[in-house]
Amino acid sequence: MNIHEYQAKQIFAKYGVPTPRGIIANTPAQAMTNAQELGGSVWVVKAQIHAGGRGLGGGVKLAKSLTEVKELASEILGMTLVTHQTGPEGKLVQKVYIEEGADIADELYLGVVLDRAKEMPVIMASTEGGMAIEDVAHNTPEKIIKVAVDPAIGFQGFHGRELVFGLGITDKAEQGKFIKFAKALYTLYLENDAEMIEINPLVKTGSGDFIALDGKMGFDDSALGRHPDIEDMRDISEEDADEREASRHGLSYIALDGEIGCMVNGAGLAMGTMDTINYMGGTPANFLDVGGSANAQTVAKGFEIILKNPKVKAIFVNIFGGIVRCDRIANGILEATKMINVNVPVIVRLDGTNAPEAAEILKNANIKNIIVATDLGDGAAKAIAAAKGE
Amino acid sequence: MSILVNKDTKVIVQGFTGKEGSFHAEQCMAYGTKIVGGVTPNKGGTTHLGQPVFNTVQEAVSTTGATVSMIFVPPAFVADAVMEAAEAGIELAVIITEGAPVRDMQMAKAHANKFNMKTIGPNCPGIITAEECKIGIMPGMIFKKGNIGLISKSGTLTYEGANQVCNEGFGISTAVGIGGDPIIGLSYKQLLPMFEADPDTHAIVMIGEIGGDLEIQAAAYIKEHITKPVVAFIAGQTAPAGKRMGHAGAIISGGAGTAAEKMAALEAAGVRVVVSPAEIGKAIAEVMAKR
Repeated sequence: MNIHEYQAKQIFAKYGVPTPRGIIANTPAQAMTNAQELGGSVWVVKAQIHAGGRGLGGGVKLAKSLTEVKELASEILGMTLVTHQTGPEGKLVQKVYIEEGADIADELYLGVVLDRAKEMPVIMASTEGGMAIEDVAHNTPEKIIKVAVDPAIGFQGFHGRELVFGLGITDKAEQGKFIKFAKALYTLYLENDAEMIEINPLVKTGSGDFIALDGKMGFDDSALGRHPDIEDMRDISEEDADEREASRHGLSYIALDGEIGCMVNGAGLAMGTMDTINYMGGTPANFLDVGGSANAQTVAKGFEIILKNPKVKAIFVNIFGGIVRCDRIANGILEATKMINVNVPVIVRLDGTNAPEAAEILKNANIKNIIVATDLGDGAAKAIAAAKGE
Repeated sequence: MSILVNKDTKVIVQGFTGKEGSFHAEQCMAYGTKIVGGVTPNKGGTTHLGQPVFNTVQEAVSTTGATVSMIFVPPAFVADAVMEAAEAGIELAVIITEGAPVRDMQMAKAHANKFNMKTIGPNCPGIITAEECKIGIMPGMIFKKGNIGLISKSGTLTYEGANQVCNEGFGISTAVGIGGDPIIGLSYKQLLPMFEADPDTHAIVMIGEIGGDLEIQAAAYIKEHITKPVVAFIAGQTAPAGKRMGHAGAIISGGAGTAAEKMAALEAAGVRVVVSPAEIGKAIAEVMAKR
């Protein structure tokens, strides 16, 4: 789960990570009031969406008067912001964060992510603040300092020294401030079961203070149960409605661009089914994992979600029945077709336990648009042909 | 021969009396696995499925001599269960539970390493040595005995791969479902040398997916150390970047962890890489014919 910048900064503040003062607004009028309350003469109006690259997309603007704050807020609120992370369809801006201006002397990068190879969190820092870290990693990897910190020992002095010397921070007072900053960030990463934190840019001010000018956080979904305060920060409008609907029913769904709807048990086989369709010349319309218990209800829900996509011309149901017997799944599919009006050809491949009985059940049901396939390759071929109207 | 487990392996079940634990323990026993007891706190001294129940793993191990634990406890208790198993002297913990927090698994695995306990999973189908010992939730009847070793991040692709191998007239020595979480126990790099050393394994199927770099590490290892033929499939060639594809670890982040880069690395290591999982069986037949 991801949260907005302003929410990440609320968490930062709790842990003593310095941030500029700011207030969230839903309307231009509120934006202006917020600016007034913050005081000063320069404000930043920032679109709040769950994606990076907002500045380049025109979602972050500087205002030098209260009227300008209002104008910019009305410009940004309601706009569909397209960044390198939103995809071409962009994201609707529903909130703006009004922040006091900062005195920027230098821009750095600081993040914490899981290092899967080392199996511990790694702090990443760079002098190349304000740029996409992927680009820095690609073009000048030597400019990224990585310090893995084992939670068993916690953030030690040497971790901090590796960071500040790596970044070339030589002033002793600044070193102390940066180390305190990084240690607090590491602590909040662990204590909140974060999956990723990114501060880009982290700003050094003219007076040598460090401030999180931006903030991005994602959390481990498996750990949300023990963080109700973070679960409360969930912004449903930022999530794909179909993916959410699917997940409420225990299905894992992701929309793609193609024509062949896929319903599969198991994430690996679901990806493998998409790959096979693609390899054989077709186009998958979605990823859909119905999970371990493919019964009539889950299959019906799967059909419903797949068929919401008007591009779908055929559905490939690819189930490898293990503990769940194929004959029961076959009956589930038949029941599901009674619950949902399925108006495209459905290619069904059931393999594994009791597969021959399942094929028999489907054949005897004699439903016009159900086509039985014998294996994965056969199923993909039949689905591609059906989608072409053959 | 086989790797890690065989017909003599003594297994206990943590979360023995729960719904999932009971169901699958019974299936494993029916397959022939020597389940010698289980652990459910506060139910010690009772009997379940004809086997003794203990309050602690320590008691279970000292009474039964079990070396492997199959873990079915709920996600929030997985780390606790794994660490308890490690301290009790269990040699291999097979963690079936899905949805354990990453931070918990990191801590649990570090502790397991300290006690030299191997782990498989979490969120995996488990391990099976065909026709001898099944520790997990896979449908046993698919796995005919034979000479192909199998390592897979995905459960259903394990079944798909094993089924194709058997349909081509071959069989499975041992199949290990390693799981697709960001932090997992035994991985390709640790399992490949075991298959290389097993005289009854003649070729290896390796099934990976997008996310992380375990397959890249495996490719480097295969290039240097593996003489047996390897057939590989990487799921998620058509997966969009930045989306989590079902498994917690199956995500292309920052442009890294793509199927293309993994396939290229494996091909460069001399692995027979198939583009569709539908071709795993045929590829095994090909590499076995060339042996």
